[in-house]
Amino acid sequence: MLTIFGVPSAALFGQLLIGLINGSFYALLSLGLAVIFGMLNIINFAHGAQYMLGAVAAFLLLQFTGIGYWPALIVAPLIVGAFGIVIERTFLQWLYKLDHLYGLLLTFGLALIIEGVARNYLGSAGLPYALPESLRGGQNLGFMFLPNYRAWVIVVSLVICFGTWYAIERTRLGAYLRAATENPTLVRAFGINVPVMITLTYGFGVALAAFAGVMAAPIYNVSPQMGAELIIVVFAVVVIGGMGSILGAILTGFGLGIVEGLTKVFFPEASNTVIFVIMAIVLLVRPAGLFGRGA
Amino acid sequence: MKKAIGLAALAALLLGGTASAQQINVKIGVLTDMSSLYADDTGIGSVIGAKLAAEDFMKTNPNVKVEVVSADHQNKADNGVNIANQWYDRDGVDMIADVPNSGVALAIAEVTKTKNKVFVGSGPASSDLTGPKCSPNTIHWTYDTWMLANGTGRAMVKTGGDTWFFLTSDYAFGHALERDTAAVVEKSGGKVLGKVRHPINTNDFSSFLLQAQASKAKVIGLANAGGDTINAIKQGAEFGIVAGGQKFAGMLIFAPDVLALGLKTAQGLTFTETWYWDLNEGTRAWTKRWDKERNSPGKVPSMNMAGVYSGTLHYLKAVAAVGSAKDGKAVVDKMKALPAEDSIYGKSVVREDGRVLHPAYLFEAKKPAESKYPGDLYHLRATIPMEEAFRPLKDGNCPLVKG
Repeated sequence: MLTIFGVPSAALFGQLLIGLINGSFYALLSLGLAVIFGMLNIINFAHGAQYMLGAVAAFLLLQFTGIGYWPALIVAPLIVGAFGIVIERTFLQWLYKLDHLYGLLLTFGLALIIEGVARNYLGSAGLPYALPESLRGGQNLGFMFLPNYRAWVIVVSLVICFGTWYAIERTRLGAYLRAATENPTLVRAFGINVPVMITLTYGFGVALAAFAGVMAAPIYNVSPQMGAELIIVVFAVVVIGGMGSILGAILTGFGLGIVEGLTKVFFPEASNTVIFVIMAIVLLVRPAGLFGRGA
Repeated sequence: MKKAIGLAALAALLLGGTASAQQINVKIGVLTDMSSLYADDTGIGSVIGAKLAAEDFMKTNPNVKVEVVSADHQNKADNGVNIANQWYDRDGVDMIADVPNSGVALAIAEVTKTKNKVFVGSGPASSDLTGPKCSPNTIHWTYDTWMLANGTGRAMVKTGGDTWFFLTSDYAFGHALERDTAAVVEKSGGKVLGKVRHPINTNDFSSFLLQAQASKAKVIGLANAGGDTINAIKQGAEFGIVAGGQKFAGMLIFAPDVLALGLKTAQGLTFTETWYWDLNEGTRAWTKRWDKERNSPGKVPSMNMAGVYSGTLHYLKAVAAVGSAKDGKAVVDKMKALPAEDSIYGKSVVREDGRVLHPAYLFEAKKPAESKYPGDLYHLRATIPMEEAFRPLKDGNCPLVKG
């Protein structure tokens, strides 16, 4: 078998694909963060907790109402998104004019509370959530065994990422949104209800996180700290991509997933830190991030 | 004169009487993982273990007053050491119990020795605690990596699993477990084809599983624990590891882990433990009490939690025998001298190097259809007598053991 730097090429391609799959999650999550930061100027530190809530909601729906994976993909984000709207109306709307730091601190506190409550009721070992029947099994690609579910994750995440990017950058609604963040007074003069739009945007960002949570539930254990573990990496992704840049979040999400996958082959011990090393380097060279528009 | 002698005798009697019923205060600190990957295997359940032991002991020894405190070390050795120092220096803690995470436990053993207190480890696994790093102030209760390696490792090789690939948690515990298991595998005629070391608390195992799959080893040895083991097995099922003919050897698996995996995924897993809640009348009765305190339906206690109970109980017996909890080494010496027996671990032997011996059991996770009631998780496949279950005294290189 062909080897590259002492690693069988088959294993290497496998890692690339795995990286892409993990990157799908990074992209989905950082997309929501970028939308919220770009439109509301809030550094949503509760994003990880909201991702966890999505997975937990899917678990509870199955446990108590018998609602399975497919409906949960819609229902869970709706529930968690609605919860996000409540948060926006009660807390966040008072912070838009203040420094970013206040939003960060508030959402960080919220995340701690949400995770603490979840831990109290669910324990911390995690809860099992079965793969949907129709996505069991996998394909033998020759160089690796690709579980059907993981392939599904890549496809869905690409669709959602592209759809969101398109909606914000290419549609009239997206244009209103972008305009509203630049000059809310002027946009309001055109008869557009800016506060409602902002609220719904936050709800959408939160729903995206919850959606990623439902996608993750069958792969990772549904556990209270699943978001806390991921959120730091996702923040690094957003910072590397350029805060608030939708395209940056998506591309860096996938890219860093791949870099991380490769690190796991060549130097597994460093796989937890490689992203932060990259972040440090990028920030030194381009303080606004790879796709950022000015600092 | 007669009267004076009589009075003196009476006084002496009274004095002696009060001396034997002298009030002893003991403070026990349960230092554990309350919030991370080992929290369901230890955590609050271990605190309950210590509390039940205190309760039982105070019932028969009204002159001993036991207080139990607890803290979360968050799997960081520096946190653990800070808490231990504070407990020993300021809060008057006499004994630290549990301490899952070998990295933290090795540090705690060191602090405990310098302050001459007592450390009764039920959570940590590293066999170094009673090997090269043994201490006159440490008792290692429930299990260790040597015992896990020999119990599970030998059984797997015997049933045909002669080539191994390790997924190892990258810190003291994982390294020790991998080292001890690899030695057993090679000694039993097997071969280690490779290993990969992953960071502790890893969410995604797919990359590591791919490497294990590519190695074509018959057995994938999981030298990790708690959430890491759960994730590896779960994702292994997704990648068709077991369906493809490879087997997982969970080197360290606790009942709460099996519960979290669900029997559907866990079925057929073979592993070694020293305690299971459904083992006999005593363990079931204890579990009922534990359950009442835990107040979280569907949970089962792990061997660590039971170990905290037994270890604490035996510690308290030694404290009462010494008459004070202040001299840690004296209490530990007494623990080694006194016979250890209780309702859930039965008879145990506390060895010179601090290692506690009890029988170990080879369990296999049941198929979902075989599980008759909630928490019915294991088949008992073999019982390993205590002399064989743990590392022989002479092989540990413990400096406490002379010649």
